[in-house]
Amino acid sequence: MATTHAEHHDHHDHHEMSFWEKYIFPLDHKVIGMQYLFTGILMGVLGAFFSYVFRMQNAFPGIEVPLFGLVTSAQYNSLITNHGTIMIFWFAMPILVAAFGNYLIPLMIGADDMVFPKINRLSYQIFLLSVVVLIGSFFVHNGGFGGAWTAYPPLSAKAEYNLTPWGSILWLVAVVLEFVAFLLGGINFITTLMNSRAKGMKMMDIPIVCWMIVLASILFMASAGPLIAGAAMLLFDQTIGTGFFDPARGGDPILWQHLFWFFGHPEVYVVFLPAMGIVAEVITTFSRKKLFAYKVVLFTTFATGILSFFVWAHHQFIAGIDPRLANIFTVTTLLISIPIAEMLFVYIATLWGGSIELTSAMLFALGFLATFLVGGVTGIFLGASGADIYFHDTYFVLAHFHYTFVPIAVIAVFAGLYYWFPKMFGRFMDETLGKIHFWGTMVGFNGIFMPLFFTGAAGDHRRIFDFSNFPELAVSSLQHLRMVATISVIITILFQFVFFWNFIYSMFRGRKCTENNPWKANTLEWVAACPPPHGNFLVMPEVYRGPYEYSVPGRELDYWPQNEKV
Amino acid sequence: MGTTTPIATTRSVTGMPTGRLAVWWVIGSEIVIFGGLLMCYLMLRLKFPHWALNSSHTNTFAGGVNTFVLLTSSLSIVLAHYYAERKEELKAFGLIWATIFGGLCFLVIKGIEWTTEIQNGFTITSSLFWSFYYTAAGLHALHVIAGMCLMGWISIDVLQKKNMHRVELIGIYWHFVDLVWIFLFPLLYIAK
Repeated sequence: MATTHAEHHDHHDHHEMSFWEKYIFPLDHKVIGMQYLFTGILMGVLGAFFSYVFRMQNAFPGIEVPLFGLVTSAQYNSLITNHGTIMIFWFAMPILVAAFGNYLIPLMIGADDMVFPKINRLSYQIFLLSVVVLIGSFFVHNGGFGGAWTAYPPLSAKAEYNLTPWGSILWLVAVVLEFVAFLLGGINFITTLMNSRAKGMKMMDIPIVCWMIVLASILFMASAGPLIAGAAMLLFDQTIGTGFFDPARGGDPILWQHLFWFFGHPEVYVVFLPAMGIVAEVITTFSRKKLFAYKVVLFTTFATGILSFFVWAHHQFIAGIDPRLANIFTVTTLLISIPIAEMLFVYIATLWGGSIELTSAMLFALGFLATFLVGGVTGIFLGASGADIYFHDTYFVLAHFHYTFVPIAVIAVFAGLYYWFPKMFGRFMDETLGKIHFWGTMVGFNGIFMPLFFTGAAGDHRRIFDFSNFPELAVSSLQHLRMVATISVIITILFQFVFFWNFIYSMFRGRKCTENNPWKANTLEWVAACPPPHGNFLVMPEVYRGPYEYSVPGRELDYWPQNEKV
Repeated sequence: MGTTTPIATTRSVTGMPTGRLAVWWVIGSEIVIFGGLLMCYLMLRLKFPHWALNSSHTNTFAGGVNTFVLLTSSLSIVLAHYYAERKEELKAFGLIWATIFGGLCFLVIKGIEWTTEIQNGFTITSSLFWSFYYTAAGLHALHVIAGMCLMGWISIDVLQKKNMHRVELIGIYWHFVDLVWIFLFPLLYIAK
């Protein structure tokens, strides 16, 4: 700790950095965060475009889709597969974990950078390579992989089944590269939070969002390993003809499902926790209230993290697993809804009696709580093995997890972007456009997935190219619901242009942020300038209290920054 | 380029140096990778007793020699750390290269062993046991090679008395690679 006494930045020794040093090969955590953010947003646009194309085919079979053309069944499979893969691995994770983690953790714990800036840069470069490999896989012979984002063998293992001999290999390589990038990034996040907190910041003084991103990194690290091993096995099955997942040769295709979902279910919480953290920061600031039960949030997060490793087989209830095992996994799955529900209650209790200010960021944060609730409640249907036998692989499942993932990866991300935009770019986003964007997104999003609960309950299976081939599903009542969903997709996408306009315009022309702390928030990132310079703080801050001391009785101001001595 | 070490790197709230803390987390992530692979192997092995017919062909003697070589190389990296802490860079440098030599011996023996197996017709596609045999040992060998490269890189710094603490970090990693082999040896060789 001897070094902390001499922690003053001498900014004169930084020579002027060239464009390449600053933006292409940066070491600054903020610039690396931005690289992740913009790459993630671009991938999100690609994933959204894919969803538009296959929804058009779904609602209007055989239509010449504007901006794409006629969709073949092979293209349809590839589009849905890569939509899922992109949205989880190249959109949700890079933005929620990597972009916000890189940008926020050093700022919020009062450090000048990550502990390993070069590893941080390497992490992004590997991530970018994975993007290149994935996009490359769309253009090889027979196109991109079409065996669903879960890549179950034998479909994923044998080219004679999936018909994409190169696409499936490149898809797998891209996923593994992406994992390596996030392992490197995760080690950086965890070590930084453990070792580099400002003087005086105790464990219980860490802002919830930092806790959440780091716990998500630990969850990712603990769950991804077996799938990396599984990916090596699958790669050998694809390329040199081993039989790890081939029952004819003594292997077991269910083994892949275990490895995949042992990773895949904790992965839900890997993206969920950072979203929950972002929302915690936003609702405390804009309700001027202390977070109700900080420790409860933290301990329920630990409980969620531990339980998340014991629920994976609820994805496999009809895969031929032992029914006695299904009983156990039903119980654990229903159990995990308790800590999640507790977190939602704690957040609602935080709002109670606060002076709520409905900024765009706050609207999105509240929208997250409302819509995620629907996703959580419908999960109970699927966690119960009896009901799941009927619902399995229907649009009900699809609607359920989009009601969890869209609030997480889209709505909470918007809350975070509107909230930290002044810090990131030194200017405000337009509030009126923000509110138009909010309502358009909320109405559009519910319009997409609410009807799909009904089509799913009526028997619509997922991953069907053309429902007109199924007479009992090709009825007009169901087809109308599919059309409602597709039109809602278009409406939702159109409203995102409001966001993009607002984002890009505000970045250069928005109202200037003249103070360091425009929202009157407590956490340390608001001590730094808007936007913070290289090195973040002129004088390294020290911490005297927790992050949520709002409306403290007897104090004149309704906020109390962590770094203020009195 | 602004390559000055950030203040963040020099802090140590937990009391553990940042580099050592990070290496433990790296090892944590490696444990689950090897753990997942070995768990798959173990469950299938217990399910199929006839895999013993395959494993009876593995060369326990070569595996045993390799265990000895790898354990000895762990001793030399410990001694390298001992001298690195005493700033005796020449002795540390020599012992690091002794460890690299140990890794090389391990790979040579492994190479001879694998060549013999392949000549006898036991390739990675022969049966599931052999698939696991080559995959697990191959993944381990990649870690040995990575460790050797890192040690070569660190040894250059050590000669200039720079970053001496990295000898300890690579030592922790090398012990982990050792430990993985301690699991692989009985599972793939001894269990007949």
